[in-house]
Amino acid sequence: MIYRLLATLGLVAFAPALWAAGALEGAVQRQPLNVSAIVMFVAFVGATLCITYWASKRNTSTSDFYTAGGSISGFQNGLAIAGDYMSAASFLGISALVFTSGYDGLIYSIGFLVGWPVILFLIAERLRNLGKYTFADVASYRLKQKEIRTLSASGSLVVVAFYLIAQMVGAGKLIQLLFGLNYHVAVVLVGILMVCYVLFGGMLATTWVQIIKAVLLLSGASFMALMVMKHVGFDFGTLFAEAVKVHAKGEAIMSPGTLVKDPISAISLGLALMFGTAGLPHILMRFFTVSDAKEARKSVFYATGFIGYFYILTFIIGFGAILLVSTNPAFKDATGALLGGNNMAAVHLADAVGGSLFLGFISAVAFATILAVVAGLTLAGASAVSHDLYASVIKNGKANEKDELRVSKITTIALGVLAIGLGILFEKQNIAFMVGLAFSIAASCNFPVLFLSMYWKNLTTRGAMIGGWLGLITAVGLMILGPTIWVSVLGNAEAIFPYEYPALFSMAVAFVGIVVFSLLDKSHAAGEERARFLPQFVRSQTGLGASGAVAH
Amino acid sequence: MHDHIYTQIQNNPKFRELVARRERFAWLLSALMLGLYLAFILLIAFEPQWLGTRIDPDSTTTWGIPVGVGLIVSAFVLTGIYVRRANGEFDDLTRAVLAEVHK
Repeated sequence: MIYRLLATLGLVAFAPALWAAGALEGAVQRQPLNVSAIVMFVAFVGATLCITYWASKRNTSTSDFYTAGGSISGFQNGLAIAGDYMSAASFLGISALVFTSGYDGLIYSIGFLVGWPVILFLIAERLRNLGKYTFADVASYRLKQKEIRTLSASGSLVVVAFYLIAQMVGAGKLIQLLFGLNYHVAVVLVGILMVCYVLFGGMLATTWVQIIKAVLLLSGASFMALMVMKHVGFDFGTLFAEAVKVHAKGEAIMSPGTLVKDPISAISLGLALMFGTAGLPHILMRFFTVSDAKEARKSVFYATGFIGYFYILTFIIGFGAILLVSTNPAFKDATGALLGGNNMAAVHLADAVGGSLFLGFISAVAFATILAVVAGLTLAGASAVSHDLYASVIKNGKANEKDELRVSKITTIALGVLAIGLGILFEKQNIAFMVGLAFSIAASCNFPVLFLSMYWKNLTTRGAMIGGWLGLITAVGLMILGPTIWVSVLGNAEAIFPYEYPALFSMAVAFVGIVVFSLLDKSHAAGEERARFLPQFVRSQTGLGASGAVAH
Repeated sequence: MHDHIYTQIQNNPKFRELVARRERFAWLLSALMLGLYLAFILLIAFEPQWLGTRIDPDSTTTWGIPVGVGLIVSAFVLTGIYVRRANGEFDDLTRAVLAEVHK
């Protein structure tokens, strides 16, 4: 049962016709096991659990749990940030997008990347200088703790939820394909492992799992791209020409296609990807794991390099899949569709270029990717609840460390259960688009509040609250009424809101709301908040008084 | 941290110079990156067929490929330029400002 897919893969080699019949009837014949794949799976999980055990010995304070005690170097953090980006949704989703529509995949990935320089120029150092554990520390620096932290935590949790959906769906699909495990079982398995990493290993284990996986994934993807290029004699012209010949859409794959239907969608998607990055709680959190602003800057530089390189690889991999996977009946079911869906294009390519041993490696890496990313997300979600909601809002900042840690651990478990539930609910969605949705929300709620709190003196609590909530509600509301949820999930005939990406509208609502209601705020408290901008500004520029994040 | 320290720093001409220089540089680079990306998005929105034009009639490679890869490379280069200057010049200035306060 467990080895259904491996078994069927074996079957494919001997009798393609039999495979087609097997797929239709769901019958499985026991075949020799793909031992290498299983060994690599077990080795990775074993190694990461060892790291978790090692980290658990060092995890005593909240600082250890949230930020690994600030002990991560810029280079390591750059790899970890890149690791957060090189999620299963990116690796499988973007290469699938390239596989099905060619150039559109490149457009999508560029949007993810170009947010990075802007984060570095405008946000990263101020954030590192002002914050301690979460970005809400920064947003609420001179404003009312309760209100702003509630808003930031809500924004974080919604983003984490959507991002988790994308990752869990990817996880389920992948393990389903690899082991023939039932989708639901696979999702539950990932949920349990991710809870283990976070619960016992905190940020230290989560970061190291992410770093190891980033190195493995970059190596694996490089090898795949290399083999694809070798196949076409290291000539991009040949790669594109051959792909155009065999692809159903022909030359259309070499130009922008259906990803972006109109100018409004194009700009909206662009904004969501670019500024959403600057509002993702699990990414922002990584800036607190390094010792100072200098290391924070370095980590962005390394991360941008790794991410850019990775996206170029996924582009080559997608085209490679067009050449080597779409033309091979062994990877298709009876109807001519890709085995396991288009999201599996990269996995099939691994088999095509490296055989079953390499397939095992890439599968293990993809599995590791999912685990690493969901662990980071869970940690971000848990810290939003325990550090922002529990310690600062419910306990007025007077919670003791032990209680705060306990709450974060309870939240971790709750998030694990939630992730499993959502993963099952959203089984049929394209996972790359789910990530786009998470970015829209991050760009419309977290980013405007964070950005204006650092840059605009006149921001007041009332303005941030009204504008921030408006942005969050608008983004979620428009998404529910838009094609992705209203039509695809809820099954209605026509979307009430015509655009897939609400960021253009919801960001505008958030910024206008924040500015207008801040300016209208003439209260005494607002005056004090404006007066506190000076100390905040000096600290954000110089790091004076910033928490010296070194292991205590 | 006392308020007079902040005021002292704020009135320090070196601090003002640091802020002015860094802000100008950061916004310039941001505008550059945003501008490049916006131009790309507008191309997709209004002139998608141009991106789909072959660079050379004999090759399948379209203009979209170098433009896209160029954007990725420019993101990396711009971050490199910023980090170089920030970790050198700006950090030196910051240290100088803080050293004067701690005297």
